[in-house]
Amino acid sequence: MSDFVRGLKCRLCGKAYPKKPLNYCEDDFGPLEVDYDYDAIREVVNRGKIELRPFNMWRYRELLPIDGEPTVGPLVGGTPLVRADRLAEALGVQKLWVKNDAVNFPTLSFKDRVVSVALSKAREFGFDTVGCASTGNLANSVAANAAQAGLKSYIFVPHDLEQAKILNTIVYGANLVGIKGTYDDVNRLCSQIADRYNWGLVNVNLRPFYAEGSKSFGFEIAEQLGWRTPQHVVSPMAGGSLIGKIHKAFHELYKVGLIDREPKCKIYGAQATGCNPITAGLKAGSDSHRPVRKPNTIAKSLAIGDPADGYFAIKVMKETGGWGEDVSDAEIADAMLLLARTEGIFAETAGGVTLAVTKKLIEQGRIPRDEEIVICITGNGLKTQDAIANVVERHAVIRPNIDDFAAVLEGGRREPALV
Amino acid sequence: MPIKVQIPQAMRQHADNQASVDLAGASVKEVLDNLGAKFPNIVGRIFENGQLRRFVNIYLNDEDIRYLDNLQSATKDGDVLSIIPAVAGV
Repeated sequence: MSDFVRGLKCRLCGKAYPKKPLNYCEDDFGPLEVDYDYDAIREVVNRGKIELRPFNMWRYRELLPIDGEPTVGPLVGGTPLVRADRLAEALGVQKLWVKNDAVNFPTLSFKDRVVSVALSKAREFGFDTVGCASTGNLANSVAANAAQAGLKSYIFVPHDLEQAKILNTIVYGANLVGIKGTYDDVNRLCSQIADRYNWGLVNVNLRPFYAEGSKSFGFEIAEQLGWRTPQHVVSPMAGGSLIGKIHKAFHELYKVGLIDREPKCKIYGAQATGCNPITAGLKAGSDSHRPVRKPNTIAKSLAIGDPADGYFAIKVMKETGGWGEDVSDAEIADAMLLLARTEGIFAETAGGVTLAVTKKLIEQGRIPRDEEIVICITGNGLKTQDAIANVVERHAVIRPNIDDFAAVLEGGRREPALV
Repeated sequence: MPIKVQIPQAMRQHADNQASVDLAGASVKEVLDNLGAKFPNIVGRIFENGQLRRFVNIYLNDEDIRYLDNLQSATKDGDVLSIIPAVAGV
């Protein structure tokens, strides 16, 4: 397979760089982005060719920035797009889908998409050690995929992460370091680590390549809808990169001829009120996010106070005609239960954020009830059980006795937790 | 004892290839002005129209200066000032 990447390009000044592990422009510190030869890609891709390939993220490999075949995470992606009629009824809308990366392989979050690209790239660049700054899901994914690839890993997280996300990192043999501080402190430290050690840090010096992996989430949505884009997509925002990459994915598909009509999808971003730098900036009419020094929310995977892509996330929401909202911890927990009880999908807290924000945007009239909506679920509820442990009902415990059970049935011991 | 300014790798070519420079100054602004006076090619890379560029973060002893007093944050001998690209993270 030929490589369609021309190099890297600064998103601010357009300065070109060769393919190398570098995330920012030397002249203005702007983010670097992968620069593709779309005309060449258009020549070689078509729907039939892609549909013959296995259903995973690499079926779109011409639009992903690796040389040759992927060497890490060859089975990542290909997650279900669920038609969510029961949830639609609960929300009072007509056409609703859930893109479910809670079952992404191997570590149950959309992060496997970005990590497979980043670690394939790390190998191309010859790194023997990789790492990341993470709020948990990325830690799990880097640890697992590095183990499978035979790479050493150093992973940095805030010290107060959910226990499940800690265990799900150490189990793979990663060197995990907890940092006494916020995610932003961890992130800043990792930039300094990337400067000092010759490692492939997936979301620092490998970030231009890493971030491209998220596009596969958007490619799959479009293909699963029959090679077209929906009218509305609601996505969680942590660093603010994903919503931009979904938008980019839709437009790339059009550019290379895989979808016929120019995308008109409105993109909405979701945050927790306890850490809402991007939605606060958007709602205040600013073109930039408003940094939050001390995030405080149960949605720890979204607790980034100073998101790297805040500026671009606001731009995407505004330019597509979408919007952004934030919700309380109580609304997040309620939405997690609602998704579980209508669609049988146990999403992590970030999924609760996305669904609760969707509900809010529908109630505000920003998303019309008769149009097509896709909700992005990016992580699995098994990793954030603490967040709802006190919200779900206590279950009955009885003797193995039929009359005891009859008493439970009659007693109506279940107390509804949904408001 | 002066203030130690840490230079990110991609900018060191404009600072005699040094990883850090010792400078004087009573505020972040003064220290960075002194850095610019010593290495003029750095000024335009950090500042645009007198403001810090959007994707440049400055830390004073591990705290982002936006949570202190921005460029006016007071500096004292022995402080460490780090210039760090903002483009990283999840």
